[in-house]
Amino acid sequence: MARLIRTEKEVEGRYEEVWLVVDEDALEQWPAGPREIVGRPAERVDGLERARGEAVYTADVKLPGMLHTAVLRSPYAHARVARIDVSPALAQPGVHAAIGPADLDQLEEECGYQGTPVAAVCADTYEQARAALAAIDIEWEQLEVVLDPDDAVARKQLVGEPRERARGDYEAGLAEADVVVQGEYRTQVVLHNSMETHQAVVQWLGDTLEVYISTQYIWGIREEISDTLGIPGDKIRVVCHYMGGGFGSKNSPDDFTFIAIELARRTHRPVRCALTRREENLATGNRNATIQRLTIGAKTDGTLTALGGEYVNATGWSGWSSPVEGPMQQLYSCPNVKTTTHAAKINQPPMKAFRAPGFVEGTFGLEALLDVLAAKLEIDPLELRRRNYASSDPGDDRPYSGKNLLECYSRAQPHWDRRHDVRAQSTATVKRGVGMASQVWYGGGGPPSYAWIRVGSDGRATVVTAMQDIGTGSRTAMAQIAAEELGIPLEHVTVTLGDSARGPFASISAGSSTIPSMGPAVRAAAADAKRQILEIAAQRHELDEEQLDIKGGNVVSSDGKLDTPLAELVGLLESAQILGKGARGPNPAGMQVLTFGVQVAEVAVDIETGEVWVERIAAVHDVGRVINPLGAESQIEGGIIQGIGHTLSEQRLHDPRTGQILTTSLDAYKLPTIADVPEIVSELIDEPDAHLTNLGSKGLGEPPIIPTAAAIANAIRDATGAEVHELPITREEMLRALEEAKERERAAAPAGV
Amino acid sequence: MAELTVNGHDYEVHGNVGATLAETLRDELSLTGTKIACGEGHCGACTVLVDGIPTLSCITLVHAVDGAKVTTIEGLRDHPMVHSFVRADALQCGFCTPGQIVSAVALVETKRKPSTEEIRHAMSGNLCRCGAYPKIEEAIRTWQD
Repeated sequence: MARLIRTEKEVEGRYEEVWLVVDEDALEQWPAGPREIVGRPAERVDGLERARGEAVYTADVKLPGMLHTAVLRSPYAHARVARIDVSPALAQPGVHAAIGPADLDQLEEECGYQGTPVAAVCADTYEQARAALAAIDIEWEQLEVVLDPDDAVARKQLVGEPRERARGDYEAGLAEADVVVQGEYRTQVVLHNSMETHQAVVQWLGDTLEVYISTQYIWGIREEISDTLGIPGDKIRVVCHYMGGGFGSKNSPDDFTFIAIELARRTHRPVRCALTRREENLATGNRNATIQRLTIGAKTDGTLTALGGEYVNATGWSGWSSPVEGPMQQLYSCPNVKTTTHAAKINQPPMKAFRAPGFVEGTFGLEALLDVLAAKLEIDPLELRRRNYASSDPGDDRPYSGKNLLECYSRAQPHWDRRHDVRAQSTATVKRGVGMASQVWYGGGGPPSYAWIRVGSDGRATVVTAMQDIGTGSRTAMAQIAAEELGIPLEHVTVTLGDSARGPFASISAGSSTIPSMGPAVRAAAADAKRQILEIAAQRHELDEEQLDIKGGNVVSSDGKLDTPLAELVGLLESAQILGKGARGPNPAGMQVLTFGVQVAEVAVDIETGEVWVERIAAVHDVGRVINPLGAESQIEGGIIQGIGHTLSEQRLHDPRTGQILTTSLDAYKLPTIADVPEIVSELIDEPDAHLTNLGSKGLGEPPIIPTAAAIANAIRDATGAEVHELPITREEMLRALEEAKERERAAAPAGV
Repeated sequence: MAELTVNGHDYEVHGNVGATLAETLRDELSLTGTKIACGEGHCGACTVLVDGIPTLSCITLVHAVDGAKVTTIEGLRDHPMVHSFVRADALQCGFCTPGQIVSAVALVETKRKPSTEEIRHAMSGNLCRCGAYPKIEEAIRTWQD
């Protein structure tokens, strides 16, 4: 029976209460360990079409008569459009339409950041559209820019209210401490820079709108367009069969989609609006910079008595305040915690979620300062973390649905024990060391999410659901889950996804939620289909269905007398199909569903030049049951490599006087290359979360990027004694930290030495 | 107008003055396996072979390669390197992958068994934001398996 419940829903650490209709999640979890198909490495089911260049991305969608769009964006960090006339653009070659702030809400007159969209032109070719922008008659009035986040906070120029979170008595906890350490940490602006830029192709078919878009959330696109334009949801079809990366930046339609919709409406033609790489670096979101002023108080045995954080998110012109205080609130057992988080509204492009937003930044500060504490107390950093292990949620004492962080620590121990050998390889100028950091994050997913399955008379199955695979391999994981439950070979399962008109509602691919949200729905759908097949088999063969099962694509009886190919049974039905449906059940009530992990980094630092090399990273993560170990390993490696970029090379720079962005190309913005990759060793605990769904699986998209920066910073400290306080750790920052360490040493030396 | 041999077929292409090889391949010949990710020669996604040499097609004017033999990912569909990439899970979103494979094929054409250093050197112009690099290295190391 369908059940109506009120439940908590979490995405990227943000909770809301929602009404939900759930079907009973009656399936028992499979026992732990690899199954026939689930838990064993599988090649991507869509690997070949992607590798061969046959997969059609939004960038490859070409509709008959399609026009191309160029967008006029503010060249200034803060300016007002004093006067604008877009009509001269209409006279330019190839131009079909031109729109400005008067025509569309998403085109703005007050521009709070460089890259704010102001006007748009569509033409037969992109070059024509871009050339026509120059004809737009526009006059700017430049306004004062506010760029310093502390300055913005002082002026109370904020995005939303400050967030205060406290438990216990912070002041008393500090008073109780034997040792107090403090530090200020800063992290930079980091850009998603997905290889496929943000883009959409739209067309009107009568009163129906078709939107081909590079997105992480087909249904979110549909809903936002529906809400904004007042079009019924079922009159909007959103399609994304393949997409070229998102990392959190592609959860909503953004201005470019609304621009394309309006231009298509005016021209009665399909319209593409695709951002260039330069626009991508301006106007598609970022991991915002942070300032973190942190305090830790502890007893001499390492027991934490107080944690305090004054955080500033340099949010940009708009956005939301990422949970940079999350790790301080959640990672360790500490009775007295107080954090304040301000979101500074400054004249910089708006932030967006970026792979574990807030937690990547906050873990860097917290875990770096924890190592300062460990050094002061002369306690082994890994031991210090063990001593402050939280056995229930430190915030509200809720039990964890599953937590294997201690097991992660145990498995990390051999990597941690390498530090003596690693340090011994130091030379006079190149110092080596090892550092570690812990990870906490969400990743439990949640309802609603649905899947359908159809089994044809050839015994093959198709999973139908309107989810998306953003490159994480979720298509493959769904095929594995369906094949496992149905008892048929993986090659006999096809997954169709990526089309809101051709499948039920499916989860967003963000917040490490695709597998934990969608996987249980797919398994439930497969179980529904299998139940029907076994009922049919029981009647056909005059057996009790309790005796029957499907194994390796054959219907078999427990007494071994029946062993017949599934295709023979369902083949009786000719063109008929067996249809199964499944829904994601609720999350366990009253429990905290989180992911955990630890990483150990080995680095080499040239103390003369300040150059840092990451030589090895070992990662141990706990995300419940692993569906595809091969894809999971790729997720971990990818997260760590993005983390290395975040730690050492990536940084969006702006002119401190004008606020204009200086790094708008992949030449200036330094992504990691294959030559920057260290040895990566990864391990997953692979223990199903006994309380979570019929799978016990959590998400793995975000956890691996979280501890990387802190582990590297702590390895640098281990190698050199230098405390880095800023990301990225450029040579300048490294040399500054080395100099500071020398000063500290000199100050600590007894007089006269 | 330029004459090109693309994946063994002869074409007369009409690209406007200033048209790049990437645009011509994608828009005029509908060979969309070649991706444009930055459009300014920084990322390698658009890599094709021009007379056997890996070339950034997004910053190569089509008129500058008049008479050349061009190989795109569509011409390498059955190359063992493609299967090696799939086997090693050397792709995630896949948008950079055709360019990666073209560069990898060019490398093993000159050296059948490249060393790790040679792989890293030859492939460092092909960016992958998903970070499939360890698996890309493995795919190139094991392409003949």
